Amino acid sequence: MTKIAIVKYNAGNIQSVQFALNRLGIEPLVTDNPQQLMAAEKVIFPGVGEASTAMKFLKERKLDKVLKNLKQPFLGICLGMQLMCRHSEENNTDCLGIFDLNVKQFPPLKKVPHMGWNTINHFNASLLNGIKEEAYVYFVHSFYAELGPETICQSNYIIPFTAGLQKDNFFGFQFHPEKSGTMGATILKNFIEM
Amino acid sequence: MLAKRIIPCLDVKDGRTVKGINFKELRDAGDPVELGALYAESGADELCFLDISATLEQRRTFAELVKEIAKNVNIPFTVGGGISNVKQVGILLEAGADKISINSAAVKNPQLVTALAKQFGSQCVVVAIDTRLDGTHWLVNTHGGTLATPLMAVDWATQVYNIGAGEILLTSMNHDGTKNGFALDITRTISEKVNIPVIASGGAGTMHHFTDVFTSGKADAALAASIFHFKEIEIRDLKRYLKQKGIETRI
Repeated sequence: MTKIAIVKYNAGNIQSVQFALNRLGIEPLVTDNPQQLMAAEKVIFPGVGEASTAMKFLKERKLDKVLKNLKQPFLGICLGMQLMCRHSEENNTDCLGIFDLNVKQFPPLKKVPHMGWNTINHFNASLLNGIKEEAYVYFVHSFYAELGPETICQSNYIIPFTAGLQKDNFFGFQFHPEKSGTMGATILKNFIEM
Repeated sequence: MLAKRIIPCLDVKDGRTVKGINFKELRDAGDPVELGALYAESGADELCFLDISATLEQRRTFAELVKEIAKNVNIPFTVGGGISNVKQVGILLEAGADKISINSAAVKNPQLVTALAKQFGSQCVVVAIDTRLDGTHWLVNTHGGTLATPLMAVDWATQVYNIGAGEILLTSMNHDGTKNGFALDITRTISEKVNIPVIASGGAGTMHHFTDVFTSGKADAALAASIFHFKEIEIRDLKRYLKQKGIETRI
């Protein structure tokens, strides 16, 4: 069985990711231990929460350096993806800087948070094999990452924004694959089988 | 484009789903975990589980049930019913709920909304508002719609939006259980007033009622119970119908 670790930190939603992996027959290890994270075959970095509090927690445990130096496939979800960017407008937070992108707040031209099922398109990654362009996935967020060269899929709410990112072994999704029905399960399965 | 959401609501008592007609009569409609997973498969966008248990003992059982739901359901779900403090919310979110809804406790203590938003984030704080038309005023009711308050629904919705609610679940007591359609006016008024999603509830009887609530009611999501539980409307058929009517839905 593939050894998958979930980064344990002060953000919600870890349980949901764990259950989603269980449904795929995987029993992940939930840990904040650097050795265990480095030893895992793949690492998932979930998160629902606030950027500055999460970064502070990671830095106190020196997990910021551990995470950005990992060599195995690494997947950030929602806040996890945002923390992989350079900077977030959420409480003016410097993040991990894996992706050279800024995370900004949605202008309140429509209801915020952007909550519910929206389509993703402009795919550019094998992680999205089996997913059709314009497939619906589940989003809940008030901040978004700009589009950039590392964007592997995008969505549109108020403005076009990054729904997925990839650079080397690092992947990130703004939406929640663990809550996106069969589409989400397919994406998680692609990651596990990578 | 962001899709309008269809949300079946499951009232739970003693680990079983029930739905009251006007909140008074109870009918058994099955096992919540099984029913939840079935709804997820049949195209529901989200689920809502409302604990209508009366005792503390039953409430503890509810947290265990939430965990079973989270294990088996691959779409987001909200849980509510009798939540009155931060600790209870922590337990339910940890069990795997995506959002929690509070009702009477928020009216009694509005600071709870702020405290929850601060600790867990606005995105998981749903404020449920039960409202009844009293003459020309839509007033807030609490305790399952049995207790009238002098609060105007629009004012209360605006207040909770300002203090940290992430979503509003609006139920018209006049319409609930009637199957005569949603309360379009008050839904539209509140949806235009607050910059957070509004879920309309109470009165769904036909597919056309859903079209109305998404167009003239300006709702972001619509919730219903018995018409889904008793298969009067299949969610897949409803979504196809809405799509034909030009409403963005996830199919």
